[in-house]
Amino acid sequence: MKKLDSKIPEGPLAQKWKNYKDHQNLVNPANKRKIDIIVVGTGLAGASAAASLGELGFNVKVFCIQDSPRRAHSIAAQGGINAAKNYPNDGDSVYRLFYDTIKGGDYRSREANVYRLAEVSNNIIDQCVAQGVPFAREYGGLLTNRSFGGALVSRTFYARGQTGQQLLLGAYGALSKEIKRGHVVMYTRREMMDLVMINGRARGIITRNLVTGELERHAAHAVLLASGGYGNVYFLSTNAMNSNGSAAWKAYKRGAFFANPSFVQIHPTCIPVHGDYQSKLTLMSESLRNDGRIWVPKKKEDAEKIRKGELKPTQIPEEDRDYYLERRYPAFGNLVPRDVASRAAKERCDAGYGVGPTGLAVYLDFADAIKRLGRDVIEARYGNLFQMYEKITDDNPYETPMMIYPAIHYTMGGLWVDYELMSTIPGLFVAGEANFSDHGANRLGASALMQGLSDGYFVLPYTMQNYLADQITVPRFKTNLPEFDEVEKDVKEHIAKLKAVNGKEPVDYFHRKLGRIMWDKVGMARNEKGLKEAIEEIRELRKDFWKNVKVPGDVNGLNVELEKALRVADFLELGELMAIDALHRNESCGGHFREEYQTPEGEAKRDDEHYMYVAAWEFKGDDKEPELHKEPLKYENIEVKQRNYKTA
Amino acid sequence: MSNKRVYSSLTKKYVMSLMGLFLITFLFVHLGLNLSVLKDLGSGDYPTFNEAAHFMATNPFIQVFQWVLFAAFLIHIIFGLILQFQNWASRPKGYKVKGSAEENIFSQYMIHTGIVIFIFLVIHFVNFFMVSKGIIPGIQHVKINGEEMENLGKVIVDVFHNGYYVTFYVLALLLLGFHLDHGFQSAFQSLGLQNKKYGPFIKGLGHVVAIVLALGFIIIPLVIYFTK
Amino acid sequence: MDLKLKIWRQNGPDDKGKFVDYEIKNISTDASFLEMLDILNNELIEKGEEPVAFDHDCREGICGMCSLYINGHPHGPDAATTTCQLHMRRFKDGDTIVVEPWRAKPFPIVKDLIVDRSAFDEIIQAGGYISVNTGGVPDANTIPINKGKADLAMDAAACIGCGACVAACKNASAMLFVSAKVSQFALLPQGRIEAKERVKKMVAKMDELGFGNCTNTYACEAECPKEISVTNIARMNREFFAAKVSS
Repeated sequence: MKKLDSKIPEGPLAQKWKNYKDHQNLVNPANKRKIDIIVVGTGLAGASAAASLGELGFNVKVFCIQDSPRRAHSIAAQGGINAAKNYPNDGDSVYRLFYDTIKGGDYRSREANVYRLAEVSNNIIDQCVAQGVPFAREYGGLLTNRSFGGALVSRTFYARGQTGQQLLLGAYGALSKEIKRGHVVMYTRREMMDLVMINGRARGIITRNLVTGELERHAAHAVLLASGGYGNVYFLSTNAMNSNGSAAWKAYKRGAFFANPSFVQIHPTCIPVHGDYQSKLTLMSESLRNDGRIWVPKKKEDAEKIRKGELKPTQIPEEDRDYYLERRYPAFGNLVPRDVASRAAKERCDAGYGVGPTGLAVYLDFADAIKRLGRDVIEARYGNLFQMYEKITDDNPYETPMMIYPAIHYTMGGLWVDYELMSTIPGLFVAGEANFSDHGANRLGASALMQGLSDGYFVLPYTMQNYLADQITVPRFKTNLPEFDEVEKDVKEHIAKLKAVNGKEPVDYFHRKLGRIMWDKVGMARNEKGLKEAIEEIRELRKDFWKNVKVPGDVNGLNVELEKALRVADFLELGELMAIDALHRNESCGGHFREEYQTPEGEAKRDDEHYMYVAAWEFKGDDKEPELHKEPLKYENIEVKQRNYKTA
Repeated sequence: MSNKRVYSSLTKKYVMSLMGLFLITFLFVHLGLNLSVLKDLGSGDYPTFNEAAHFMATNPFIQVFQWVLFAAFLIHIIFGLILQFQNWASRPKGYKVKGSAEENIFSQYMIHTGIVIFIFLVIHFVNFFMVSKGIIPGIQHVKINGEEMENLGKVIVDVFHNGYYVTFYVLALLLLGFHLDHGFQSAFQSLGLQNKKYGPFIKGLGHVVAIVLALGFIIIPLVIYFTK
Repeated sequence: MDLKLKIWRQNGPDDKGKFVDYEIKNISTDASFLEMLDILNNELIEKGEEPVAFDHDCREGICGMCSLYINGHPHGPDAATTTCQLHMRRFKDGDTIVVEPWRAKPFPIVKDLIVDRSAFDEIIQAGGYISVNTGGVPDANTIPINKGKADLAMDAAACIGCGACVAACKNASAMLFVSAKVSQFALLPQGRIEAKERVKKMVAKMDELGFGNCTNTYACEAECPKEISVTNIARMNREFFAAKVSS
């Protein structure tokens, strides 16, 4: 069994990152020019990394599947970005942000990584302000903060309900600057098809030009994957339609370990599912929980009448409403972490108190906040979210409570990386949501943006340099090497095989089916029986897919169905690994809730003695069981406790 | 293909705007002068108007300025055409269903109203300016306050006794009003002299300018024609 | 609801292209416009025909990937709404819906309803950023910024770069897009430092790419899904003028 070396630097926790930087290897400016780096993805992590590496003088090639790097799905993050600035003077610190993140992640993340994240969080805010990101401000001209789930302080910086957009456009600006300077070359509408390795190191990728259908070869000294998460395995999720796990999956099949694949985050505040033609779910920012109160009727008969449309929520008197989060978690109330809020909603709905036509919804009510602060204030804070809600549902949330229900939102799991964000394949780095590193079993709100930018702006420019320091004598690779021939041949055959199936059903048919299995059995609550069934069903579905899928059109040219088919083919494998991982982890932690392992009050029950490790899976071949590797987690600076959001 | 332009699109717009605003001030002077013809209607020698016209025709400053005016017209027209050709070129294939989101409907037809106004200007130039200068013969002379001068007032009144001409004149001036209704506030926008606070005032003022100028000019032939 | 669709089909940049009529039945009024197209595409695939290619991604109205010129309006008839947020309840049973791609010389058609909007990226690359490198920047609160100005900058920064302004403009002008970026940075002290260079470079690039000239019709503002104001265009006109006369 290969030993996982997380390469955590020596020294006390607060000194580790400094020690690393003090002693790492660097590449001199003249040599940087001779080194090529490939970056896949232009979200927060990819764009910020590519820009920063370009600034340093490396030759960077960047790839994105959209028509412009500005469209990566980071853009859709609404609520904000955390930083330990302590501007509000409410007792925040780097340690506290670190502590909250570890605790929020249910003690399944690596201390050193999370501490570094908290440390550089402040630099991110400085950087973004310098780039012209229009964060919200006070009348005095200084930056303002809001609070988010899982924290007792206000540390979230935001730009209306469009923080992700503004941060991404900041990074896109930096990327554009480097493109102009010629240090970065941008390739849009390109999808990474596979990873090319030479002598055991990641040295290139094969891409498909999504317009011409051509397969293209790109070589480099190192490859960075910042290709996002795999939430779309569930078909319905808050991810963008084109978000996919294929780049990471191909890397896994070439030898990178996949860590904690079953750790997915279910976001509590999404607009409920409304029909079977639905293509995606829309998130309502968690920031809404600052002022909105979540409730369901206290009486089952009221809930039934609401479901039938005989009763309106506004007709339920105050004493007949169950503000279940405030009831169960007095200290954090409506601001408990996402996994806790999601499960509580599911619990109420399963018990028969759910509202909406399907009974799979709870209320998020702003009536109190509007009374207390006035409609103007609420409109200023959440106007665009309310507007979006009304557009989708045709309900006016100023007058009637919003309906929300949990939905798949984020994947904490991802490719295993060490402290340097390098995977088990030398030279293959992984950043942002694509890696598993910082969020443990549950991510706190406003931490994804923080992690993406931390990886890209402040971690990878150092750690990649450390790796590349001894690569300066390695000449540029030619793309006519046999290694490239071989991988391109594999890709070509894979595409041809898919096209040759020529069955009856469109790709979406299989994707929807997979999503159903995943949501029902590898979703918010899991159990042994369900997971075993899921594994069988996914295998069956995969067989069916390869017999019955229909991919129309030409492979040489723009072919959206082919793109979808390639991604779903990978999801059909990834889904199985997720179920295998969920089945092996006989405990509940964070977003992974196993019904067999819960406290009498229905809270997640961890098993620290047996499962305090990162589960890193190694690919052993198609139709072979993957091999589990464990990276034990050590907590030296934090006391491991049962998560408690009832009392501070 | 490189589209590098001699002047940037914005510079051309500044020039268009400045020329346009200048021409509007000229129109006000012109209107004041024209209205004076109504004062002595029926007198046959139109002393107020002819005297003012004579002053204009003999004052050296005005004579020089007249060329500035021609230049302004020319630049406004030429730049307008260049901009329009570029605009057409930037959408080689149009839509099946045309959009209609313009705030001001006249803004869609600036080139069309502009062309009609240009045709009008040529005819206007032949009928009045060239006659007044004697390039086209037929002008009579009158003696006002002891000074011999062209009876331009009579030229006007005679022309406005022609029903067809009056109709054409009224239509052209209506189009001028439409042109100005968009053009006035558009000039301010192009020059960057517009914001949320006083933007609505400028737009309102634009309507007033357009209506005053168009109606002011239109009244003259109508009065002359219907009182002949 | 049942609908008739008239959709522009064009196999590639050099294909002539034509409108093709489709009929689609039993669409829920709660479905989004793109979900309606998904249903159409799945029907086409089952019939063995090629699905309609259109751009889309986040389906939350923020990525700016979706486009479509629907019944004479970029992003359809609803104000302040992207195509992905447009819902079928906006239409009536039996309606005919005409769907066209963005039409502008700098936005060549890639396939069917997909156009190439990389011209926008080129304009940003010409100078639509603040030239700071990573690291070495002052503390975020070093320079206080007037809240009103910061809010105006945010209004401008809300642009999603979808190209609806170009599609709506009778001249295919990109002024609203360019001015939104120019304004965002012109309003912030961090952006003032290179404001003059920025506006000159971005305008020059915009002209070079063949976008039309602004004739202040304000169709862009009316059709912008993010309601970017044309006062940004006025601000850019000011900025450009000041930049030209002073340097």
